[in-house]
Amino acid sequence: MRPFDYHRAETFDDVTSGQIIAGGTNLLDLMKIQVMTPEALVDITRLEGLSAIVPEGDGLRIGALVTNSALAYDPLVRAGWPLLSRAILAGASAQIRNKATTGGNLLQRTRCPYFYDTSQPCNKRTPGAGCAAIGGGGRMLALFGTSDHCLAAHPSDMAVALTALGAEVEIHGANGTRRVPLQDLYVPPADRPDRETILETGDLITAVILPAPKSGSRQGYRKVRDRASYAFALVSVAGAVTMEGGTITDVSLAFGSVAPKPWTIPEVEQMLLGQPASDDLFRRAADLLAPDPAPHPETEYKRALLRRTFVATMRQLTGLADTTGTDIARAEA
Amino acid sequence: MKTYLSVNAKSYAVEHDPRRTLLDTLRDDLGLPGTKKGCDHGQCGACTILLNGERVNACLCLTAMHDGDEITTIEGIGSPELLSELQKAFVEKDGYQCGFCTPGQIMSATALLQEIANGAPSYVSDDLDSAALTDAEIAERMSGNLCRCSAYPLIREAIAMAAEGKE
Repeated sequence: MRPFDYHRAETFDDVTSGQIIAGGTNLLDLMKIQVMTPEALVDITRLEGLSAIVPEGDGLRIGALVTNSALAYDPLVRAGWPLLSRAILAGASAQIRNKATTGGNLLQRTRCPYFYDTSQPCNKRTPGAGCAAIGGGGRMLALFGTSDHCLAAHPSDMAVALTALGAEVEIHGANGTRRVPLQDLYVPPADRPDRETILETGDLITAVILPAPKSGSRQGYRKVRDRASYAFALVSVAGAVTMEGGTITDVSLAFGSVAPKPWTIPEVEQMLLGQPASDDLFRRAADLLAPDPAPHPETEYKRALLRRTFVATMRQLTGLADTTGTDIARAEA
Repeated sequence: MKTYLSVNAKSYAVEHDPRRTLLDTLRDDLGLPGTKKGCDHGQCGACTILLNGERVNACLCLTAMHDGDEITTIEGIGSPELLSELQKAFVEKDGYQCGFCTPGQIMSATALLQEIANGAPSYVSDDLDSAALTDAEIAERMSGNLCRCSAYPLIREAIAMAAEGKE
């Protein structure tokens, strides 16, 4: 690590300028390999009021410092938003989940290997340097939302579930506190892929807000990866589906590891809504999931993988497929 | 800078550079080399410790951020004369080959048994409200600890044996 000044913020007013650190599970790794070299670290882990999960209306307010484990294990989350528990438990290791925080998860950096390799050009690391993934290897790269300057994917599992659940992010800044849909936290890479979010200097994510549970919905997070555990997703599908009779009356989906942020495709939901569940319907909807061609030749396989993962998830969420021994749960409350 | 730590129920005041990780503090400043440095990037689990009762990778903790925290290392859960149940089970089942990952495996498994007792589900749990200790559950819950000798089957057996003893 390069030398840095360390400051522990005791109050909000005491959050000085510098790189914010909380769980540190991604940041410290990046500092060790000098991909990130902050001159000042501001430790926010002692700030009060950011470590609790409390009901807010019919929804839930999740403090930014709530750890991944605490969130996945929370009885209210397990009962009302089981998709979130499932997605969190699909990510990282038990050790990492005990340290990693809710706010930090949203702001974690891509795992594009060229971002980690300081001997290679990367526009995310050094704007204007070039992108080694273009013309290089890249089976972990994105399918959607890329630019000519960056093909990197957002690696989170948790954020994909939060997107499908319609979560908002609470941001504390110089002009007070504001809330934005999680989808709007992220900005497209365009020609400045180093700018990843709308956060400005002095902004701090203080909470994630979940809307009321989708009562009676079936929820699931299906993650496809190279190893059975402790591996980033190649593709993932988060879904919450409500059925009446055999008809889909509500559906909410998000797709992971296929874009610079958790990806949504409203046309897919529109095609499914109000329709009787059937394999034919899911196959037609899956055709909307495949940009042609993939932005990188080595992610071509993700097109088919995403379509099939989507169909398999929908079959389980609508009862066409047996869910015994799978990670499908029904939301209560 | 100075940080106060409780390690294995003993109090320490450590003078250190802001860049120091808990792993280096434990090994190099406090003379507790049981916690191992494998990858130093949170991937292998050899540095697993209990931080305020929960398992974490010591290599991904800045010492400066843990003023006042309680840490338990492999040196704190048993001694050669009085092994913990998990330590006994690892010996009984031969749950290692070279032994380098073993302290991390045992610290991780120590937390795992507590998590099961708390009813915490895992990715492979059929039901988010149940936490049965099947072989698949042990494998999933121990995925943050690598064993390059690949003694995994015996590590899982040792953990299952210790869990039975607890019931």
